[in-house]
Amino acid sequence: MVEEKITEVIDIAKLALEDGTVYTGTAFGARTTTAGEAVFNTSMAGYQEVLTDPSYTGQIVCMTYPHIGNYGINDADRESGHPRVEGFVVRSLSRTPSNYRSTQSINDYLVATGVPGIEGIDTRSLVRRLRVRGAMRAVISTEILDDSELIRRARAARDMSGLDLVREVVPSQSSQWREGLDAPLTAHIFKPVLPRKRVVALDYGLKWNILRCLTAVGCDVTVVPGTATAADVLSLEPDGVFLSNGPGDPEPLDYAVETIRELIDRKPVFGICLGLQLLGLAFGAKTFKLKFGHRGVNQPVLNKRTGRVEITSQNHGFAVDADTLPGNVELTHVNLNDGTLEGLRHRTKPVFGVQYHPESSAGPHDSTYLFEEFRQVMG
Amino acid sequence: MPRRTDLRKIALIGSGPIIIGQGCEFDYSGTQACKALREEGYSVVLVNSNPATIMTDPETADRTYIEPITPDFLELVLERERPDALLPTVGGQTALNVAMALHARGSLKRLGVEMIGANAEVIDRAENREKFKAIMGQIGVDVPRSGVAHTLAEAHEIVADIGLPCVLRPSFTLGGTGGGIAYNREEFARMAEIALELSPTSEVLIEESIIGWKEFELEVVRDRADNVIIVCSIENLDPMGVHTGDSITVAPAQTLSDKEYQRMRDAALRIIRAIGVECGGSNIQFATDPHSDRMIAIEMNPRVSRSSALASKATGFPIAKIAAKLAVGYTLDELKNDITRTTPASFEPTIDYVVTKVPRFNFEKFPDADATLTTQMKSVGETMAIGRTFAESLQKALRGLETGRFGLGADRADRWGTPDQPTSDEIAARLATPNCERIWFLRYAMLSGMSVADIHATTRIDPWFLEQIADILTVERELRAAGSTRAMTPAAWLRAKQYGFSDRQIATIFNVAQSEVRRERKAAGVEAVFKLVDTCAAEFEAVTPYYYSTYEAAVSYLPSAIGQKQTGPAGQIAEDETRPSTGKKRILILGGGPNRIGQGIEFDYCCVQAAFALRDAGFETIMVNSNPETVSTDYDTSDHLFFEPLTIEDVLNVCDRMKPDGVIVQFGGQTPLNLARGLEAEGVPIIGTAVDSIDRAEDRERFTALVDALDLRQPPSGHALDAQGALAVARRIGYPVLVRPSYVLGGRAMQIVYDDASLLKFVTTALDVAAGKPVLIDKFLEGAIEVDVDCVADGTRAVVGGVMQHIEEAGIHSGDSACVLPPHSLATALVEEIKRQTRALALALEVKGLMNVQFAVTAAGEVYVLEVNPRASRTTPFVSKATGTPLARRATLVMVGKSLDELGMHGEVTPTHFSVKESVFPFNKFPGTDIILGPEMRSTGEVMGIAETMPAAFAKSQLAASAALPATGTVFISVATRDKADAVPIARALAELGYKLIATRGTAAALRQEGIRVEEVRKVQEGRPNLIDLMKNGAVDLIINTPSGRGARTDEAKIRAAAVQHRVTCITTLAAAQAAVEACRTIRERPLGVMALQERFGKG
Repeated sequence: MVEEKITEVIDIAKLALEDGTVYTGTAFGARTTTAGEAVFNTSMAGYQEVLTDPSYTGQIVCMTYPHIGNYGINDADRESGHPRVEGFVVRSLSRTPSNYRSTQSINDYLVATGVPGIEGIDTRSLVRRLRVRGAMRAVISTEILDDSELIRRARAARDMSGLDLVREVVPSQSSQWREGLDAPLTAHIFKPVLPRKRVVALDYGLKWNILRCLTAVGCDVTVVPGTATAADVLSLEPDGVFLSNGPGDPEPLDYAVETIRELIDRKPVFGICLGLQLLGLAFGAKTFKLKFGHRGVNQPVLNKRTGRVEITSQNHGFAVDADTLPGNVELTHVNLNDGTLEGLRHRTKPVFGVQYHPESSAGPHDSTYLFEEFRQVMG
Repeated sequence: MPRRTDLRKIALIGSGPIIIGQGCEFDYSGTQACKALREEGYSVVLVNSNPATIMTDPETADRTYIEPITPDFLELVLERERPDALLPTVGGQTALNVAMALHARGSLKRLGVEMIGANAEVIDRAENREKFKAIMGQIGVDVPRSGVAHTLAEAHEIVADIGLPCVLRPSFTLGGTGGGIAYNREEFARMAEIALELSPTSEVLIEESIIGWKEFELEVVRDRADNVIIVCSIENLDPMGVHTGDSITVAPAQTLSDKEYQRMRDAALRIIRAIGVECGGSNIQFATDPHSDRMIAIEMNPRVSRSSALASKATGFPIAKIAAKLAVGYTLDELKNDITRTTPASFEPTIDYVVTKVPRFNFEKFPDADATLTTQMKSVGETMAIGRTFAESLQKALRGLETGRFGLGADRADRWGTPDQPTSDEIAARLATPNCERIWFLRYAMLSGMSVADIHATTRIDPWFLEQIADILTVERELRAAGSTRAMTPAAWLRAKQYGFSDRQIATIFNVAQSEVRRERKAAGVEAVFKLVDTCAAEFEAVTPYYYSTYEAAVSYLPSAIGQKQTGPAGQIAEDETRPSTGKKRILILGGGPNRIGQGIEFDYCCVQAAFALRDAGFETIMVNSNPETVSTDYDTSDHLFFEPLTIEDVLNVCDRMKPDGVIVQFGGQTPLNLARGLEAEGVPIIGTAVDSIDRAEDRERFTALVDALDLRQPPSGHALDAQGALAVARRIGYPVLVRPSYVLGGRAMQIVYDDASLLKFVTTALDVAAGKPVLIDKFLEGAIEVDVDCVADGTRAVVGGVMQHIEEAGIHSGDSACVLPPHSLATALVEEIKRQTRALALALEVKGLMNVQFAVTAAGEVYVLEVNPRASRTTPFVSKATGTPLARRATLVMVGKSLDELGMHGEVTPTHFSVKESVFPFNKFPGTDIILGPEMRSTGEVMGIAETMPAAFAKSQLAASAALPATGTVFISVATRDKADAVPIARALAELGYKLIATRGTAAALRQEGIRVEEVRKVQEGRPNLIDLMKNGAVDLIINTPSGRGARTDEAKIRAAAVQHRVTCITTLAAAQAAVEACRTIRERPLGVMALQERFGKG
């Protein structure tokens, strides 16, 4: 009966989960087979930022908002050079975009960059499944249409826990970042603080908007691979060090933790997302995997220092266990939905980080003050 | 910051009668606010003149004042109640304005009342255009460039600065008369001159044209700790130039990238902070240039609004409730998200569906009005639909409009492919100028071969929306190609349903019965599933059962993967989120759909009362409705809320899933009654009065038989299917006759005719309207007094709830006339006879629930039955408030099996005070429309005046209806020839009371003959200064003008139109004038007082 239905559709794609669930929909993007961890993002816009965010490496992303692709793809809203997701799952794909900045459709973009997509499935039921059972390994395919084979492949896919995905995305060499936030849509966000400071950013899978924010707030940023040593970093004589976001589990990243341990005694340090988790590990705290993570742009975070709530952009599947923080580290931010740690700060050193994304992109600009603070602590 | 403990008692102002631009969304917000504040232990004092609201239910507030919303009356209430605070932000512009007036006259300060939510400075900053513009400049938010000119020279200076095209908005002209867009200098010069001349203050605002830009709204909430959230973004399908209330709007915004959206969000945060709304909700409107990065702030409302109600229903985030709690000191993070109950309210809802709102218009009732959509709102209601895609939600919304359409075309009203197919000229014209039919013409344009690019160039509607509509047409073509149910594969069925096609549309395309489509579709395994509105796109578990239907592809599971439930065949499940029965009996209540003239908030009131009564009695309640403005669609009102169009298909889907033990059809007005037969045929258990009894009351022949059997009297009547038949009937029963189509609410196309020629003219229209159904012709009882009776019956006994005597004589639609309870001038014996007849009818019809009867009493004291409606009536809430008896609740319990005895309804309640209901009309929104009353209903809302005497109650009702009677001053009298004699005592009484009388020549002569002092004034065509000049100068305080003819072009119609424009109270019937004279006498004797409902009925 299932097979009968399938033969009527020309361009089939399937998504299979390790628990044996199979969704049948229509293919878009590249015609291929990929495996990854199935996760969902609740942001209603910002799909281009999601696609190109390196933190999604190894993941198949389902957008909860049904219409995706409405305003196309443009040259400015990229968070890295190419899409990072393993596959893209939407309810309804807009094949004809409408926006003055659009240069191509999402379908053309994903075809050109080799990423498979599936549309027309009940994405809400997928999300509910992931909520109840937790993030699951999955396979997306336009080639294999046998359910059992797909499920077998999903179960054979690599597990996120204990996996070093950072090595897959770190740049091969250092570079100097130049771009700020001077585009008309973003120019209002920061007023630069002078004099400009030198920042070295450790790239574990960095989102470009972090660099744009740092530049806009008054930093000259050198990006170095996340595998760099403390000596490598210090040789650049920075005023401060930035620890970037990145994909997957922080625990296997010993090299990064090692580097950070050396840096926190020497320089002001600011970490975002994976950067914060690594900072936590460097302080001696533990991390753990969340059931299905936080991915979206509406997460309420309480800033314990000000008592104010920030609506934040988030993308993480692992978190720092607040109960394991040493006494010299202060819990500064907490997620109001589930009480997890969202920010920490050393009680005496200019070292701090947040679990969420103050650079937003996609998402609100409630937390841009963190860049200003980082700039301030460098003097 | 916890709630404030320095406040104990809080006053809240409602929005008064339903008018265009202020609908029942303020009953929803106000009721939420009342509940929220009482939940926190505050004592709530409510003032609202509108009896048809849930908020004025004596149980909603601690002290309920159904009194005029004027500064004087508010001050009386504040004096009596001495509240600590006043919340002015949940009652629309009306509440804001009256609160500002109280502030300006120092009353709040004197009485020690603090404005909470938004204070006077904030309101002023948001509402004063110049101040708003200046603040936007300070915070770097772009606004349209503009200037105000008082002379032509100034106008030219301004336009030189802002460029062309530009918009001209003359100040203080009615309905924006004299405004418009100038595209070139010549046009500008001409228009500026006219605008300056028409403006009473010689003032014109010249503004940069942003017509055609994309239009957005953000619903913003801020708390005392400066936390700000955006609850919802809304994008208008109709670009700038059409009032957002008249636009098709979509949530969330569809065509903004995150970067564009976040910039808008940033601006909204800056605006709410700069304007200074400290704790509460605001609505901010933006426009963006589709071709550049320019974004402009249009305006801000520092209060809850129609859009915030829509946003609340669209997201599940109850803005008014939260705003009320923020106003008393809470912060967002201290409040829970009601839907999840585990996460805080300090977040931004994310939705995984598309919400489309479509406005409902009533232009057919105002044939002289300009039906072009402009920046002045003209719609009278709206419907909202939820679907997983825009296409699905748009088609659902269009069938939810209840205008005989079942989606975007492909239904019986579709003109394409018929002899009436629109020409390319008509299509071009209908696209170019915004109008309420434009959505249909988008489809016609596509069918005629126009490209999306061309349609966009003409309409400026964003191509994204047009592409989605084009996709709907693609599916329509596929259905036409399939041609029959046999050719439909399961995938094809699913695709059609996912694009929102109704069974009715598919049946029309296949030319088969709708039931066949339903049967074949279900046989193919394609059935509606229900998803939750949960504020969080399923990220968290939702507690509140608020559903919408959609169609989803089945998911296949390995046996090991199947979770909690399995409903489909062999491992294939289309996921559905409705919950299994709790074992309680389930009762489904069908709502009234979008508001329209003739079917408004009164019916929502009844539905909500039913839900409350059933909940209290231990039933599980299910509400089905499509109107986002209402209390019935608050997820708090019933145990299960289904936001669905009210069509057979959509209601059956809910019944399939929920298996109700009973369905109530008699509370939602005509909408559910029209579905009753179809539902019953499908085996749905209708409770209350039998469907056959409804038919007996509505079918003329069966009804006449009933009236005869009871030995009651009915005006002689007949019916006809064509013009010749109509003539024959009219000649038999004698003129004047009342002609009307059957099965139509609100007196649509109804007319009193006095001769053959007029009869023929109107029969043609009536036949058109009723689409094949007969035209009814009744003898018109000229000069009779009309009486409305509401009663409750349980099948064995009937109790009259209230007898209402109409002020205006027979011939004026009962929904438009004022009425008084108890009757003020009918003999007791006559009232008893009317009650006896009512009870007899209720028993004969075996009514279980509510019934309304309209009678006419002739001068000779003969009682005629005009019509019987075995359902809730427009007057149900009024009667309930006037008598302190919750009729709808009692009726509901009767429907589920209680007897009147068990409910303690033994006798009838005749209050010692008088209550007057007065109607409120939208004439000021439709300049040029003649305001005289007739058998076609045209009022949008109602107010209530309560006092110890009839004249005092009448005076209050007039004040509340913004038709205040002057205590002194000048009265203009001009009556039709037939009324001259009867006008004499009225004029004499006014003269004796000390009013100065003025009249045009004919009436003046007639009055002088009777020895009444009167000054003569010129008619409009008799030179100047004439009456209209006097009105402009404020030298006329009251007008009594009975019509001798009808039509916008007559001299007297111009007088009436001028009265509307210059806000001079104008009375158009002698009966009302008579009541007004008595009221004038009363208000001159002593001031009117106020009293809470709870005091009157011993609950305070």
